[in-house]
Amino acid sequence: MKLMLKGGRIINPGKNFDQIGDVLIENGKIKEIGVGLKAENATIIEAAGLVVTPGLIDMHVHLREPGQEAKEDFSSGSKAAAAGGYTRIACMPNTKPVVDNAILVNGLKERARQAAVVHIDIIGALTKNQKGTELAEVGDMTQAGAVAFSDDGHYVQSSKVLLNGLDYLRTFDKRIISHAEETTLVEDGIMNEGNRSAMLGMKGRPTVAEDIAVARDILLAEYADAKIHIAHISSKNAVEIVRQAKKRGVKVTAEVTPQHLTMTDDLVNAFDTSTKVNPPLRSKEHLAAMIEGLKDGTIDAIVTDHSPHAYEEKDVEYNYAPSGFPGLETAVGVLLTDLYHEGKLDLPEIIEKMTYGPAKVFDLAAGVLDVGAAADVTIIDPNLNWTVDAEKFYTRGTHSPFLGRHLKGKAVMTIVDGKIVMKDGKIID
Amino acid sequence: MSKNNVSLSGKSILGLEYFNADEIKLVLETAKEMKNIINRDIKKVPTLRGKSIVNLFYEPSTRTRSSFELAGKYLGADVINITAGTSSIVKGESLRDTLLTVEAMGVDAIVMRHKSEGAAEYAHQVVKPAIINAGDGAHAHPSQGLLDLFTISQHKNTLKDLKVAILGDILHSRVARSDIWGMREMGMEVHLAGPKTLLPRFLTAEKGIFVHDRIEEAVEAADVINVLRIQLERQKSGLFPSPREYARIFGLNRERLARAKDDVLVLHPGPMNKGLEISPDVAYSDHSAIQEQVQNGVAVRMALLTLVLMGGKNLEINA
Repeated sequence: MKLMLKGGRIINPGKNFDQIGDVLIENGKIKEIGVGLKAENATIIEAAGLVVTPGLIDMHVHLREPGQEAKEDFSSGSKAAAAGGYTRIACMPNTKPVVDNAILVNGLKERARQAAVVHIDIIGALTKNQKGTELAEVGDMTQAGAVAFSDDGHYVQSSKVLLNGLDYLRTFDKRIISHAEETTLVEDGIMNEGNRSAMLGMKGRPTVAEDIAVARDILLAEYADAKIHIAHISSKNAVEIVRQAKKRGVKVTAEVTPQHLTMTDDLVNAFDTSTKVNPPLRSKEHLAAMIEGLKDGTIDAIVTDHSPHAYEEKDVEYNYAPSGFPGLETAVGVLLTDLYHEGKLDLPEIIEKMTYGPAKVFDLAAGVLDVGAAADVTIIDPNLNWTVDAEKFYTRGTHSPFLGRHLKGKAVMTIVDGKIVMKDGKIID
Repeated sequence: MSKNNVSLSGKSILGLEYFNADEIKLVLETAKEMKNIINRDIKKVPTLRGKSIVNLFYEPSTRTRSSFELAGKYLGADVINITAGTSSIVKGESLRDTLLTVEAMGVDAIVMRHKSEGAAEYAHQVVKPAIINAGDGAHAHPSQGLLDLFTISQHKNTLKDLKVAILGDILHSRVARSDIWGMREMGMEVHLAGPKTLLPRFLTAEKGIFVHDRIEEAVEAADVINVLRIQLERQKSGLFPSPREYARIFGLNRERLARAKDDVLVLHPGPMNKGLEISPDVAYSDHSAIQEQVQNGVAVRMALLTLVLMGGKNLEINA
């Protein structure tokens, strides 16, 4: 089967390429990229006015399988990914049971083959049962295909355990993803500590908890000369700590979410649990630092931290609600509306952080449109107006802080291995 | 009763940050008339006859719950109590389902106490009956804020430009939060003091609010001092070293009281830890209005129930 993507603006940050042109796909691979391409018997996809990019990559999602399929599973989660323009996602291991051994990694890879419409990478737990006390069999999991290791959702409190992990993983050249929040400072906090939390009387999670944790993790990675990746960075001081470390040559990378780029704690209302997320929505000055961090390369990737929960779990008092909300289907719209159309970032800057950026961090053979490479391609209409509606979500998550928002910009086609899996927002099975 | 079209009819009472000065005045004026009823021999009036009120309490409470219950009963309403320990809540029923169940029984108002901030506002979103917030976590306790204002106005005749000191655990106090917004709206100058570990780090930027390190500074020339209850379980988490030290350095005693104005009024939301945040001689001094606050609490809650359920109409208080 041949596909010809005709006349789109091809943004291919890994090649520093940004031109109007055509992409020819054949047998699941990219056959040719150029201007005025001709091919017989190819299905023509008119892409004039649209943006053609490498398939989007999200290295931080929670697909809840195994064990919490009421929240999400590989089928619903991967459809949500395709609907949002993603061709490749990596799922976090904080499932029930925790993905902390090779059998589970293998099992999930098989489940992905059976149920998923996009590529799914498996992130293994760094420690057994994510307890933070003993290393999980990370070597075994690496050989089974795990792409990185994380106790995401939990901070690795013991410096010794993290240092062991950093040292040990050098053999396998894999990166640890750190959920960096100093535990004793965030205890039962449910939102950002600041003016808004003081007004609402809600317990706060101060940014200094993140700053301390990021600093410690970087110092340990520097000491071990090992790779570390800071998950969902959200504090301006933490960004500065990463910036300085990168200047010193520390192998640190970082990611940020759409919510921490575009939303503040002023949006928190105690009766609406859709804004409850970790790290919490921060105050305004932190947002500017996140954008600056993306621009100067301090932050390498944009991830959604897609964290769906069942309706009844979120439809409770704010204190009792689990943290997190779905993000795969809203990310492109939110980023284009609030960053691109507002003139804060240009399209190549945004696309890079969703393709080439994360691929580089995790050494993935993906994220670049290249002749001979697998044809994972996303087509985005940067000017499409739409409204976020949970009824139309493929994810099982219902509580999104973006519900009802009028957005401008949306993925209109997702191509995985040369096959169209999403067209105009609809999954094609 | 209502003037300038000020009305609380059908409204939920969620927090004093949503009240303007006219609405607060309306409650205080209504409370004045209600207080007369309480002091009568025969207290029952038919104002709310045929209305039903549910006290839905997820947290233990003696004074607030009985105060609302008596307020409703003095006005002739039917009042029932649902408490967390003795209801389907212990069977794991969600707040939404409990609220829907109560609504389906045809109640007119739900008085709600809950330990989660925002629970009353959540209830307001879920069901139609008016919600009266009787305390949600550390967020708000509007009827307490109003009864404090009522008590002050009864003694000082005015609220504007009074200097009030609020002492103690501001961080965890819904009473402080309700007082602060209500007092500021009424033009009072609000001074906060206590150990830094019990003061919010961020309120300092708010207009009309002054934060002090030392009790002595806050009470200087104060017209009113409101002493908050210290929750002793806080001491276990290390927010202050010991009750002994707290009493010595941050408690309100005779010496510190002497720095305030001669006619200073002392309030405490109760229950008191005498000898900790307040010394007994201050608590029982002529300056203290602590017992009066309890009676005023019933009057203010009668006012709120009447204004919300009857819009201030049908005030047959001479019946």
